[in-house]
Amino acid sequence: MYFLLARVLQATIVMLCVALVGFLVFQFVGDPVLALVGQETTVEDREALRESLGLNDPILLQYARYVMNALQGDFGISYSFNRDVSEMIAERLPATIELVMFSGVLSLILAIPAGIYTGIRRKGGLAQTIMALSVIGVSIPSFLLGILLILVFSVWLNWLPSFGRGDVATVLGMRTSLFTWDGLSHVLMPAAVLCLFQLGVILRLIRAEMLEVLRTDYIRFAWARGLPGQRVYFRHALKNTLVPVVTAIGLQLSSLFAFSIITERVFQWPGMGSLLLHAIGQSDIPLLAAYLIFVGLVFTISNLVVDAIYVLIDPRIRHGAH
Amino acid sequence: MTDILCKTTDLKVTFPHRLGDFTAVHGFDMEVRRGEIVGLIGESGAGKSTIGNAIMGLLSHPGQVSGGRIELEGQNLLDLSDAALARLRGRKIGTIFQDPMTSLNPLMTVGEQLAESIALLQDKPMAQARNMAAERLDAVGIPDAINRMNQYPHEFSGGMRQRVVIALAMAGDPDLLIADEPTTALDVSVQKQVLDLIRSICIERSLGVILVTHDMGVIAETADRVYVMRHGKLVETGPTEQVIHKPSQKYTRDLIASIPSIECCEERFRNPVKRTGEIDQWLLAGHKDQSTDDYVTASALTKDFAIRKKTFWGTSGSFQAVDIPGLSIARGEVLGLVGESGSGKSTLGRMMIGLVQPSSGSIHYSDHGPLAEVRSRAARKALRRDVQVVFQDPYSSLNSRMRVDHILAEPIRFHGLGERAEIPRLVGALLERVGLPPDAGRKFPHQFSGGQRQRICIARALSVRPRFLLCDEPTSALDVSIQAEMLALLMELRRSLGLTLLFVSHDLAVVRQVSDRVAVMKQGKIVECRDAEHLFETPENDYTRMLLDTAPRASGHKEAINLRSAT
Amino acid sequence: MLERIRSDFWYELLNSPVTLASAIVIALMVIGCSFAPVFAPHTPFDPATISILDNNLPPAWADGGDPRFLFGTDLQGRDVLSAMLYGGRISLLVGIGAVALSVVIGMTVGLLAGYFGGMTDAVLMRIAEIQFAFPPILIALLFNGILKASLPADIFAQAAVPIMILAIGLAGWVQFARIVRASAMVQRNQDYVTACHAMGLPTLTIILRHITPNIVGPVLVLAMLQIAVAIVTEATLSFLGLGTPLTEPSLGALIQIGSQYLFSGIWWVVIFPGAMLLVMVVAFNLVADWVRDYLNPRLR
Repeated sequence: MYFLLARVLQATIVMLCVALVGFLVFQFVGDPVLALVGQETTVEDREALRESLGLNDPILLQYARYVMNALQGDFGISYSFNRDVSEMIAERLPATIELVMFSGVLSLILAIPAGIYTGIRRKGGLAQTIMALSVIGVSIPSFLLGILLILVFSVWLNWLPSFGRGDVATVLGMRTSLFTWDGLSHVLMPAAVLCLFQLGVILRLIRAEMLEVLRTDYIRFAWARGLPGQRVYFRHALKNTLVPVVTAIGLQLSSLFAFSIITERVFQWPGMGSLLLHAIGQSDIPLLAAYLIFVGLVFTISNLVVDAIYVLIDPRIRHGAH
Repeated sequence: MTDILCKTTDLKVTFPHRLGDFTAVHGFDMEVRRGEIVGLIGESGAGKSTIGNAIMGLLSHPGQVSGGRIELEGQNLLDLSDAALARLRGRKIGTIFQDPMTSLNPLMTVGEQLAESIALLQDKPMAQARNMAAERLDAVGIPDAINRMNQYPHEFSGGMRQRVVIALAMAGDPDLLIADEPTTALDVSVQKQVLDLIRSICIERSLGVILVTHDMGVIAETADRVYVMRHGKLVETGPTEQVIHKPSQKYTRDLIASIPSIECCEERFRNPVKRTGEIDQWLLAGHKDQSTDDYVTASALTKDFAIRKKTFWGTSGSFQAVDIPGLSIARGEVLGLVGESGSGKSTLGRMMIGLVQPSSGSIHYSDHGPLAEVRSRAARKALRRDVQVVFQDPYSSLNSRMRVDHILAEPIRFHGLGERAEIPRLVGALLERVGLPPDAGRKFPHQFSGGQRQRICIARALSVRPRFLLCDEPTSALDVSIQAEMLALLMELRRSLGLTLLFVSHDLAVVRQVSDRVAVMKQGKIVECRDAEHLFETPENDYTRMLLDTAPRASGHKEAINLRSAT
Repeated sequence: MLERIRSDFWYELLNSPVTLASAIVIALMVIGCSFAPVFAPHTPFDPATISILDNNLPPAWADGGDPRFLFGTDLQGRDVLSAMLYGGRISLLVGIGAVALSVVIGMTVGLLAGYFGGMTDAVLMRIAEIQFAFPPILIALLFNGILKASLPADIFAQAAVPIMILAIGLAGWVQFARIVRASAMVQRNQDYVTACHAMGLPTLTIILRHITPNIVGPVLVLAMLQIAVAIVTEATLSFLGLGTPLTEPSLGALIQIGSQYLFSGIWWVVIFPGAMLLVMVVAFNLVADWVRDYLNPRLR
């Protein structure tokens, strides 16, 4: 129990530091005043603007104000779009979340059984093929894969559309494109690209862990006392494999968000990724800072969830024996 | 009762390798009957564990049985398919491995693991299996079995865990039990309990037990018959009494003779033959003062360690590892520090030489003053030259990435004890002094055996010309015959170089051989500290008595020693 | 015959044709790209040697191909093969350079944290954890992007390669710090380190002469894996327009150029640089996998 409380405290500190980084970027990269007004304003007017924006207050006060605002969802005004940053993010977020979640779940569904299989059957033909494909999966840059898929499926075969998001339908209160044919045909290639790398990483991780676990004394003892194969692999080995794997899978979530930036660019998927690229190109600092904080939040939350799962799975942690 | 349960005939096991096959077992014959405990004894590399593995069909890759037969109740196990053999495991053949900590799945409760085995092997429904599990845990001596069933392996002590392992091995009611070094990882007092348990279930259920071990004392106290192995071949076999008291082969005689006796201090250690090497002059240089006061004295020494109990505010709680009012070691004496694991003996030893900071109290060296005041770099270096350590594990004691001559040269160079040009000669002489060939310097540690590595460690300790040596279980990880050589070397060096030794060990017999005085530790405190002869002959403290009683001994080998010194 | 090779290393290597092929491929690419001026049939960056009349030519073996340009030309008449060699040089330079930087930073941090423990460890690892919250590619993106926006275009173009090395290197040190720290902590508890203390050896000597050689194994494996990742990251940055300028494109930028004209049927500007990129990365990954298995004593 204390373990979890300690982790929550740690997570809060991490978030505050992330917010600090966002704030520093916000504060010191480029001049907010210059970005808001043109070159022609007088020095006095600029000073007045500074004062009204609170830019002459002590740093800590500004930081505190920034955090308070952030907690209420106010991240400032975008320089290039002249709109509320949080509004813009909220607009684009669903598309990215849809893509990321679909890819994430897909990669887990495929990677876990494949990883277990290649861990148990080290040298079969199918196992070797899966391993070969996984190497390619982790090696091929996502933009290249995306372009190749477009080349094959859009240009040569003309089966799938090459850009944009398809029709949305409202399912369970959410607006998603996964349940329409048009929507599905649009999301298929980007999701395939996004999930392939993760799939490769998770598969290889599970396999490596499986191989380690199958060498332990307690597995050997399980064989020695006559437990059948199914039991040994799935009741004993698997649980022990999952403990370190769960951490890694949790980390993959923020990695998925990062890679979605590229995928969204290649397929012109209307998510946060293209927003970020635009922000980088235009030095739109409030947008950048908000994105940073968002990624930090995703990471922190997934870490906390992972820790909670850890406590459930590993009794040694519950009893503080580690 | 005279039926043969398990029999191997001309068993051969090989490990194929591209550079030449390695034969682990050469044509081995063995018989096990119901109701008897058969011992397989040998040093490391003898092949004894391999035989157990071969019977189970769990040889480690790439081992394979290359000849002979293994019969269980008349059926040749080698004819069976993998699946058929797997069915026998647990139901007909049970196994116990050495380390109870790693034998149990850390993520499943003890009750779950046992109930699962019972349900699967005896084809019983889960609910019934759980009841049976509680009964069986009780039968192996786990107190409060019903509640402790729901605990995880890490919540049990070593001895308790091994009992759980035994219950698991017996879950399928097998007829044959293979126990591979079942007590090696346990404390001496717990060892006896586990051996007694094995003995009682053997008698109760008419099991045939194959007891694999390197410890002759365990064999003497538990086995009915014994097979002595060496390099994969059978050396000798017969009833235990006979093999131990009247061994017919030289190897067996030597093996028994090299076991240090707990009954008396042997001549070869008490009066080692004094040797000299050319290096002795160099080693003795610079030590003129031979005052007769105590070499080192400790007073009011305590050491606390924080327990890693996670509370919200971090770790809390501490436990006291060491708490002694005073301890002193005279110049030139060997003080033996003996105790079970967790007694604090290692910690005390390391505090005495300044490797661990005490939580309170002080340590005073007559040559250097109080340890707490040794602060300047020169003073610390001087202390480090005088006081050295030999560790237990020959494998982690040496940097596997450094050549042996560099390992020895480094301290000499650092302390400025020799001219640059002289150093190779010094290193060669040191190696020779500890009994290694002079060209050993060009090799890397992994090219040496455990005993040889320990000699290198001794050479390294000597390379700074110390006066005081902490020996922290220096022979515990070595084979029995090597152990005797190592003790002889240490004693001889002590005699020739006038060293003072603090000898830490859990093995009473070994401590008896080398010590002038002995201090017995229990849970951080010294319960008795007297000269060795009196302590061993007439112990005053109950704990000391208990330790002496429970230590397994190959009784009667006094005669064997006489046999040897007569030859 | 293979069986009689004494050394385990060479036997295992020669016994794994896939790894051997990968190692050879890497060697060839490194040599070919380093000496690009020697091997490339054309100089794709010298405007004097390019003629717009040569543009959009398909590979030499296809209809309309020109034997002077083996893999065809791009929109501006640049030879794809030569551009690949020069582009590959940038990929390798950035990949290896960035990882070298990560290794230096990561090993320093990891050794300090692992050996000293306590406060040092806590502080260093907290910093690492905070940076670890951000995926390296994002960090590299932001770093590069911000610099590109802040610097004048021509300076950025000239400094593109060092900037990318810096960006990717700074983004990637955390993983090295973690494994070095874990290894260092294991080594610190080994008896030979205690023996060094008993000898009175100074801390720096212990860390550099004793501990470091014992942690090199995992670092080597990770380094090779990270080179593969760094190459991909560089290509991605260039693809997004945040890396090398289009006048001196790396493989990623080449692919970006080519991707704009896919629908017109000009496929060779994407496929050949893409294939080279893929082969490079796969080769590093395969060799890294083999080294990891080789160094793991229990798998043998």
